[in-house]
Amino acid sequence: MQIWERLRDPATGRKLAGRVRELAARVCDRLGRRLVFMEVCGTHTMAISRSGIRSLLRDYLELRSGPGCPVCVTDQADIDRMIALARLEGVVVGTFGDMLRVPGSSSSLERERALGAQVKIFYSPAEAVAWAAANPSQQMVFLGVGFETTAPGVALSIKEAEQKGISNYSVYVSHKLIPPALKALLADPENRLDGFLLPGHVSTIIGRRAYLFLEEYGMPAVIAGFEPNEILDAVRELLEMLLEGKAEVRNAYSHVVREEGNLRAQKLLSEVFTVCDVPWRGFGCIPQSGLRLREELAAFDAARRFELPPVESRVPPGCACGEILKGKLTPKDCPLFARACHPTHPVGPCMVSSEGACAAYYRYEREV
Amino acid sequence: MCLGIPGRIVEVYPEEHVAVIETFGVRQRVSTFLIGEVEVGEYVMVHAGYAIEKIDVEEARERLKLWEEILKYADMGETERPGDRT
Repeated sequence: MQIWERLRDPATGRKLAGRVRELAARVCDRLGRRLVFMEVCGTHTMAISRSGIRSLLRDYLELRSGPGCPVCVTDQADIDRMIALARLEGVVVGTFGDMLRVPGSSSSLERERALGAQVKIFYSPAEAVAWAAANPSQQMVFLGVGFETTAPGVALSIKEAEQKGISNYSVYVSHKLIPPALKALLADPENRLDGFLLPGHVSTIIGRRAYLFLEEYGMPAVIAGFEPNEILDAVRELLEMLLEGKAEVRNAYSHVVREEGNLRAQKLLSEVFTVCDVPWRGFGCIPQSGLRLREELAAFDAARRFELPPVESRVPPGCACGEILKGKLTPKDCPLFARACHPTHPVGPCMVSSEGACAAYYRYEREV
Repeated sequence: MCLGIPGRIVEVYPEEHVAVIETFGVRQRVSTFLIGEVEVGEYVMVHAGYAIEKIDVEEARERLKLWEEILKYADMGETERPGDRT
C-alpha cells in the first residue's frame, strides 16, 4: 500500500496546496474576481471540508458543493414512499445506512423502526438478496438509492434474485445519473461556475468520454480522486486550463478511471434498467436522469409489487436543501443551519447524510 | 455513497466471482463480477461490496512522478515550467 501512503503524503499536500494557491492568485488577477468551482460529488464535499481545502483556498476560489449526495437529491415523495413501504405488514426494508435518518414529510425510517417496522442496514445489496433467500416468508425490499457507482451492484442483486428464483426480493429504484444533472446546472443562467470537479467513482463506471458534452458549454472539468492531494491536483488542473483559456474534460484520476469507463458495468445497467425522467430535490424533473427497471423485470419493482397509499409530500418550511443542492446557496446561508437544524435534529437530508453539504459544514467548517 | 476502498487482492475464487482484498491490514470478501478475471497481487477499487475497477498502479506512479515534477519547479520558486517560454 506504499503507493497510497505516497498519494496521502501530507508534505506533498502542503506543496501542492502552495502551488494551487499561487496558480489561483494568478487566475484571479487575470479575471479580476474570485473563482467558483463546483465539487459535484458528496464524497468530495466531505473530503474537502475535512481536509480544510475549502478554507485554505477561500481567498481566491470558492469550492461550492453540488447535487452529489444521492440521499440528499432523492425527492421528498420518494422518501415518503420508502417510509410507506416500511409500514407494510410482512415487508422488511433493506437499505444503505445513510437513508435511515432522512426526514420524510412526517416520519423517517428510523422512527418507523422505533414504532416496530423492520428496517435492516446492509453494506451491499448482495447481503439483502442473501437475507431474502434465507427468509422466504418475508418480503425484502431494498432501497435502490445512488448514482452510477451504486446502480451496478443493485442491478446484480436483481439478476441474482431472478436467476435463483428469489421471489421475495424487490427493489424500490431511485437511482440517478450525473451527466443530466450537470446539464441541468449548466442550463441555469444564474449558475456562474468556472469549472467542475467531477466525481471519481461515478466516472469509474461511465468513463471520461461521458462528459465530453461539457466542452460544448465551454466548461472546464476534471475528474478527481478522493485523497486531499488528488483533490488539490484536480483543482490545479482546472486552474491550468483557465490560465490557458481551455475548456476540456481532463482525468486526474486516471489510475482508476478509464476513457470508456467500466463496460461490464455499463452493459449490466442496460440489461436491467432503462433511462427515464425523474424528479430531484431542488431541481424538479430532470429529463433522462434516472433509472427504472426494464419491463421484463417489473416483477422485482417494489413500486409495482406493493400497493402504496398516495403520499402528500411537503418539504419542511425554511429548509434550503433544494437550493444548496443546486449550488445557489451554501449551508451557512440557510436560516435553519446550526439553529433549528443540526445533526441530532436534522430538518433536511443534507444535514443527515454522511456526505451532505450541511453535515460537512456543520462538522468541519463552523465558526464557533 | 460513492465511497471507494482500494485494496490488494490476496485470494481469488474465480468460479464464485469473489476475491478477498486487503486494505491497510483489513481483509474483506468482494464480488469481482464487474471487473472480470483478477489475479492475486492486483489492486482494485471497491464500492458497496463490489470491485468496480482495477487500479493501474503504474499510472498512479506516473501521477506521483508528475507531482514531483510540478513541485520541483514550485520549490525553485519558478511559476513557469519548462516549455512555457518557447
